[in-house]
Amino acid sequence: MRRRFLQTPEAVAGTAILVLLAAMALAAPLLFPGDPLRIAGPALTPPFQDWALPLGTDRLGRDVLAELFHGARTSLVVGLAAAAASLAVGAVIGTLAGFAGGLADEALMRLTDAFQTVPGFLLALAFVSIVGPSLSVVVAAIALSAWTGPARIARAEVLSIRERDFVAGARVVGMHPLEIAFREVLPNALPPVLALSSIIVAQAILIEAALSFLGLGDPNRVTWGGMVAEGRTVLRTAPFLSIVPGIALVVTVLGVYLAGEGAVEGAAVRKGLS
Amino acid sequence: MTRTLRLVRRRLVGSVFVLLIVVVGSFLMLQAAPGDAVDAYVVSMGGDAGLVESLRHAWGLDQSAWTRLANYLWALLHLDLGWSVTFSRPIRDVVLERLPNTLLLMGSATALSFFLGSALGIVAGARPGSLRDRLLSTGSLALYAVPSFWLALVLVIVFAVDLRWLPIAGIETIASSKTGLARVTDIAWHLVLPISALGFIYLALYLRMMRAGMAEVWRQDFVLAARARGLPRRRIVLAHVARNALLPLVTMLGLQSAQMLGGSVVIESVFSVPGLGRLAQEAVAGRDTPLLLGIILVSAVTVVLINLAVDIAYALLDPRVGAGEVA
Repeated sequence: MRRRFLQTPEAVAGTAILVLLAAMALAAPLLFPGDPLRIAGPALTPPFQDWALPLGTDRLGRDVLAELFHGARTSLVVGLAAAAASLAVGAVIGTLAGFAGGLADEALMRLTDAFQTVPGFLLALAFVSIVGPSLSVVVAAIALSAWTGPARIARAEVLSIRERDFVAGARVVGMHPLEIAFREVLPNALPPVLALSSIIVAQAILIEAALSFLGLGDPNRVTWGGMVAEGRTVLRTAPFLSIVPGIALVVTVLGVYLAGEGAVEGAAVRKGLS
Repeated sequence: MTRTLRLVRRRLVGSVFVLLIVVVGSFLMLQAAPGDAVDAYVVSMGGDAGLVESLRHAWGLDQSAWTRLANYLWALLHLDLGWSVTFSRPIRDVVLERLPNTLLLMGSATALSFFLGSALGIVAGARPGSLRDRLLSTGSLALYAVPSFWLALVLVIVFAVDLRWLPIAGIETIASSKTGLARVTDIAWHLVLPISALGFIYLALYLRMMRAGMAEVWRQDFVLAARARGLPRRRIVLAHVARNALLPLVTMLGLQSAQMLGGSVVIESVFSVPGLGRLAQEAVAGRDTPLLLGIILVSAVTVVLINLAVDIAYALLDPRVGAGEVA
């Protein structure tokens, strides 16, 4: 299975990037203990000058490399948590809609339409600005618009599964409809829903970065988006400060996409062979 | 034509429900926000406790939640979005003033990503699995992984700061009093960077969709027939394969509109384009929740209208759509 998953060079690259990032995120408190937002040296030290500060310092004298490592933590945590939340909510709503049918289905799907009609980023912006920025609020704000895709896929899948024999069998045995929906149907509907997870993680990381860039991220954490915004004030003299965290974002998101595509392709190959 | 009309009618009914849900949702968010319209008014205009009481009564804010929701709906039916404290003007006027700039930015960026994306998609899909195909597919994915605000800043560093080819921000030269064609060119010149930053990122969607669609069409019998007839490859690619893969991309235009609108929020704030997105940021800075929700409502209506237009275009392009429906 592993060999099939890593069959293309793209998938290998994506997986390598993700492993590296996870290592960065885990090692951050060990390599750079203490608050990464504290002042570590003279302000605006250029990179590759001082070996204690390999990537130099920002406008306020903070260690850029330490910020980069700690930023990886924030991005990964937000990406994974937002994806988990939206997949869970989407799967439950999609299963309910598809399994119940009728008016409940109609109502839930119009609700899904409504959430897709409002630009997700605006919704997240409004939510964070009303509730106040913190890591969990940012995660909730992203999940608020990201659950619609999983919900649609789950519903479509449930619609075809609920006509199968084992569902009819469960009915005959006298299982409660909710039990059938969540113990028999939902697990079988999950694979195509999970195939969405890489896209959702990637989008969540990008939305978090954009929110932080606009100053709506968790103020007590280092975020790559916040670093770009911070560097923007000295864009003419030290463009490096906004370029580096941006590259970290691009590499991360690309890694998630590539690994995700590799996993989906690997699953397709497995299916074709069995 | 009746087929199209039926489709439009059905979609309109659906849209009304969807917008109703959006309105109720935005009312709930308004309730959840700390402080109400009176607090905001008093903060900006000043006033004592007596004024607060009488204003609350006059604006119906001392009534039950249901009555307030009914009042809110009633006001919206009269296109009254409320009062913006930050601008001391009706929200409707402020929002409608900014909407054209956003639509211009969004529309041009969509056109850029649609045309360039589908053209490159044809190049990639002409030979599925080739090196060219892999490079374009992965390259576009890399572009899709770029945060728009960062691409915008990089473009600014390169083209506005270093090369000084293009203006750094704004939508037109301030106090230039240009008119007519000169003004149009000026605005276009200012929008080159914002449109590129927004358009290049979403290019990947159309490229990959075109490519995937073409890979499907290649397998179909009529392509085999065209090859058997000895048609030149270029003609098979363009007239047979690409043409049949193009239609789903039109649907994507509508589905993407919400995301494009969201994307322009960030781009506008980088380039200080006075559009809806910049307005949203000003609303956040001024803690002006009613204005923020007004922007969300107007965006939702915009997205609904764009999707309706796309559905109509689709029905006109594809005679199969809606043909089997009984309405």
